[in-house]
Amino acid sequence: MATSAAQTRVPAAGLEGRGLEVRYGDAVALAAIDLRVGPGEVVAVLGPSGSGKSTLLRAVAGLEPLAAGTVTWAGEDLRRVPPHRRRFGLMFQDHALFPHRDVAGNVAFGLRVQGLPAAEIRARTEAGLAAVGLAGFGARSVRELSGGEQQRVALARALAPGPRLLMLDEPLGALDRALREHLVDELRALFARRERAVLLVTHDHEEAFALADRVLVLHAGRVEQDDDAATVWSRPASPFVARFLGYNVTTAFGAPVAVRPDGLVWSAAPGPGTVAVTVVDRTFRRDHFRIRVATATGETLDVAVREVGAPAAPAPGTPGTLALAPGAAVALP
Amino acid sequence: MTPTVRARLGTVVAAAVPVGFVAVLFGYPVAAIIGRGLAPDGTLDPEPLRRVFTDPALRGVVWFTVWQAALSTLCTLVLALPGAYVLARLRFPGRSLVRALVTVPFALPTVLVANAFLAVGVPRSLGAVLLAHVFFNYAVVVRVVGMRWRNLDPHEAEAARMLGASRWRVAREVTAPALRPAVVAAATITFLFCFTSFGVILFLGGPTRATLETEIYRQTTRFLDLPLAAALSVVQLAAVLALLWLVGRSERRAAVPARLRAAREVEHAPHTPGEWVLLTANLLVMTALLLVPMAVLVVRSLTPPSGFGFDAYRALGELRRGSTLFVPPLEAVGTSLRYALAAAAIAVVVGGLAAWAGARSRSRWLDGFLAVPLGVSAVTLGFGFLIALDEGALDLRGSAVLVPLAQALVALPFVVLLVGPVLRSIDPRLREAAAMLGASPAAVRRRIDLPIAARALFAAGAFAVAIALGEFGATTFVVRPDAPTLPVVIARLLGQPGEAAFHAAMAASGILMVLVVVAVVVGDRARVGRFGEF
Repeated sequence: MATSAAQTRVPAAGLEGRGLEVRYGDAVALAAIDLRVGPGEVVAVLGPSGSGKSTLLRAVAGLEPLAAGTVTWAGEDLRRVPPHRRRFGLMFQDHALFPHRDVAGNVAFGLRVQGLPAAEIRARTEAGLAAVGLAGFGARSVRELSGGEQQRVALARALAPGPRLLMLDEPLGALDRALREHLVDELRALFARRERAVLLVTHDHEEAFALADRVLVLHAGRVEQDDDAATVWSRPASPFVARFLGYNVTTAFGAPVAVRPDGLVWSAAPGPGTVAVTVVDRTFRRDHFRIRVATATGETLDVAVREVGAPAAPAPGTPGTLALAPGAAVALP
Repeated sequence: MTPTVRARLGTVVAAAVPVGFVAVLFGYPVAAIIGRGLAPDGTLDPEPLRRVFTDPALRGVVWFTVWQAALSTLCTLVLALPGAYVLARLRFPGRSLVRALVTVPFALPTVLVANAFLAVGVPRSLGAVLLAHVFFNYAVVVRVVGMRWRNLDPHEAEAARMLGASRWRVAREVTAPALRPAVVAAATITFLFCFTSFGVILFLGGPTRATLETEIYRQTTRFLDLPLAAALSVVQLAAVLALLWLVGRSERRAAVPARLRAAREVEHAPHTPGEWVLLTANLLVMTALLLVPMAVLVVRSLTPPSGFGFDAYRALGELRRGSTLFVPPLEAVGTSLRYALAAAAIAVVVGGLAAWAGARSRSRWLDGFLAVPLGVSAVTLGFGFLIALDEGALDLRGSAVLVPLAQALVALPFVVLLVGPVLRSIDPRLREAAAMLGASPAAVRRRIDLPIAARALFAAGAFAVAIALGEFGATTFVVRPDAPTLPVVIARLLGQPGEAAFHAAMAASGILMVLVVVAVVVGDRARVGRFGEF
């Protein structure tokens, strides 16, 4: 199901995982995963919880033993390279800040491990904190920080030693909406400033598309789709990906297709090529109404209704018809 | 009364019970014997105290007491810390049984263990003392440190690895600081036990080695030099208080409370060769150090002169002619159980109140206060009981109440260690939610605190039973001759000449061990998750 389009574009340098497999006893957590992240490239692994996203990061980091497959960097096999010598950075979902060190102590940890001179450590720690908007926070205890501040300290800590690959586990996970939107911009700027490979995992597709050049959709430990972000968004490769991205998957118009709620046109009047439906639910979204309709065969579909002038959307129980907007349907295998 | 004042009053009343309990049953008798020794006619006579520090022999005793305790603590930490890791983090078949078995030695009476060591062929020596101290305190380190280790955030170590730190560096800079409070607590308890060790020194140390504790015993019973014994007790008590004060001071920056973690998050089956070696090596250490001496006791009990079988156990049912016991040894089983259950009930009520009061105040002075009896000579305490508790309402001499009271005193700190963290862990929002649903403060205590604490109290009770069953030092002074407990019977049997008495002692030890194992397993099963600090 993975398309080959992306693989030809990716440079050979950087991270490459082939046939990665992770098992917990008899349970297969990851199976046959192929993965590439080139220098300067931002790749998002997208999937629902339990799909194996974090396990994939841990396997690449060397924290999770591989049952099969190889991880290489620029062609070098990392099998015998322990996590601390891979020069990869990992930002944990729960931040995992060291509670017995202050903010500066956390950020400086990787630099101290490298044995750098004290003056350079201090300078780079301050610069790192300034880069995430926490200048002057160095002496604070990490236990006093808010969730967003902890997030930034964790990011500064992971960036400080200059990893060649930066991995982020749900980087915006538990933050509120406003803070998330703000941080998305900051992260993009941070990623763009350096020629660094970035691999992030998220369950939020808006986050994935906002941050990543390429998106890899994971489902039950397997890759469902691996394409550039725009392609994944406009051409979901499987019913699972389509549903996960909010598409309707339907056979109401003949062959199975995926169609977004705004690719369906609701009408109270019958017309050629339409399907008879009944409205079963109606909710208000910020700038439009979303109605749920049922077809005669029992399928339910979500439809966006954005007519000028209220009350635009029909109430539950209203009969009507649905049509496909031109070019809106995506053929599914 | 405003609700706040009433809540504070409740805490004070709850704290008053354990404080009063310890003051009357521990403070008063100890003060009485010290007073009688140091100020026999009402004025303080400093001469005995001066002697402790000027007499070269006594100075040697003080010095030996300190360094053997320090060395024993060090040996215990070195051997038991890897064991704590293995039992906390590695998953292997039979682990919960191993965990229960390594706890058993902690509750066994010293007489019994000393004999097990001699039976294995360990000669009386400093080495034997150290070995026995490790045997007794291994469980303290495994349980106290293991509990903390288990609930450490594994991501912190992994984050350090990802920042380029080697395993060794992670251990030093991330894991060690996080474990420190638990290691200090375990080391303190171990040091106190070794500092006041009595039976081990007496039976295994050989004739030339004396600690403060054995010297107090010798001066009291052999030379009847009560002033000197009292001076030695004062020195011992002062050292214990100084240690607890120092530890409390250095650990004031209380540890971050550990979050309870799911097994799958922190445990794994060994997968690298190194982990297999670690597991195997530690199981071997546990077997050689802990299981072999216990197994020897059982084997000895099953191989009396009459041949392999339960003859030695059967013989426990009769009172042999010429025995120094007044009852058939088997009666001691019932006596021990009755006393232990009563002691556990007292310890659970008093310790539960202490834990509840402690959980509601930020300071932990109450825990420290209740730990003091751990560090005081059982001999002093036993004699103190005899001297002090003989007047008016406190005339408890010869009363059957005294035994469970003394045993409860010993079990009390462990009840607090087990129950306190559980109560502390109750999310305040649970109480707030209950209050918003219309529950009065009393109803919150009854419907939120109590059910959550009930399992912890039960588990603590089971451990208290185990500790009370094995308690020897204080019990031996206050027990009635016609109603001895199992450890007392074992000690008496071991003091009698003849093969039969020896095998009877082994059989009684076998029964005691089984009872202790059952109590520990029941207690471990009832724990709330793996909460608690012991």
